[in-house]
Amino acid sequence: MKARVSVMLKDGVLDPQGEAVRHALGTLGFAGVEAVRQGKLIELDLAATDRASAEVEVRAMCEQLLANTVIERYSVEIL
Amino acid sequence: MKAAVVTFPGSNCDRDLAVALSAAGFEVARVWHKDSDLPAGLDVVGIPGGFSFGDYLRCGAIAARAPVMQAVVRFAAAGGHVLGVCNGFQVLIEAGLLPGALMRNAGLRFVCRPQRLRVATADSVFTAAFRPGVEPVIPIAHHDGNYRAGPELLARLAGEDRIAFTYIDNPNGSAGDIAGVLSDNRRVLGMMPHPERAIDPAQGSADGLALFRGLAAALAPA
Repeated sequence: MKARVSVMLKDGVLDPQGEAVRHALGTLGFAGVEAVRQGKLIELDLAATDRASAEVEVRAMCEQLLANTVIERYSVEIL
Repeated sequence: MKAAVVTFPGSNCDRDLAVALSAAGFEVARVWHKDSDLPAGLDVVGIPGGFSFGDYLRCGAIAARAPVMQAVVRFAAAGGHVLGVCNGFQVLIEAGLLPGALMRNAGLRFVCRPQRLRVATADSVFTAAFRPGVEPVIPIAHHDGNYRAGPELLARLAGEDRIAFTYIDNPNGSAGDIAGVLSDNRRVLGMMPHPERAIDPAQGSADGLALFRGLAAALAPA
């Protein structure tokens, strides 16, 4: 079973990297990009076979390591 | 007086920190990240600067989960003194010993330069030995030193007099110009500037000496 975790900065937390990307897109002539937020995508291969318990476990991984919940939010997708 | 300095894969200021603590009179043990216990009878633990675990995932995140850090957390909970510098500050935040977060510098650039600071409180063993009003020049060298805290936390840190150092001419966008913060028991300090790189005039500044001397004076047996 695979799990996919996406980690993004919370709304309201300034993302200087996203802002730099937005600026570079403007330089390339892509007009109308109003905001860019940059995050992380983490894929996990799990031995688990039960989707519900796998999701509980991956959420625990997010809380303990994968995300810094002071500034980041995460979402978990079991594939 | 006994100190320990932790080394993680990618630490690069561990020896400098050990030298600075030795110069102040500490007997310094070197501790490896896989050690699950600290030496007995320690007065202070130093978490050094560098790029632990290549800054993978987030700066300090992997190091904060290393076996030795559980021992450091126990040491701090028992009232031990802990100093985290630069990457060490990031590790202490990730380990939950200090509040807030350290993000990419607002200007996106790695900043490496002598930095003038304000000593924002004299009420800690780390800051007590600085002469009142002095503005120490201590080097900074980091890419992720932009201290983030919500309005509530900022007010609490200020109200509890837990801001140890602030920047004069903020180099990285830190909220409240914060360069270093103390734990609620005032015995854990995390700071982005490198006092261990300013202990001899030949380094361009010896302003960091006051931190190590103050620590030694406070922890010396009566």
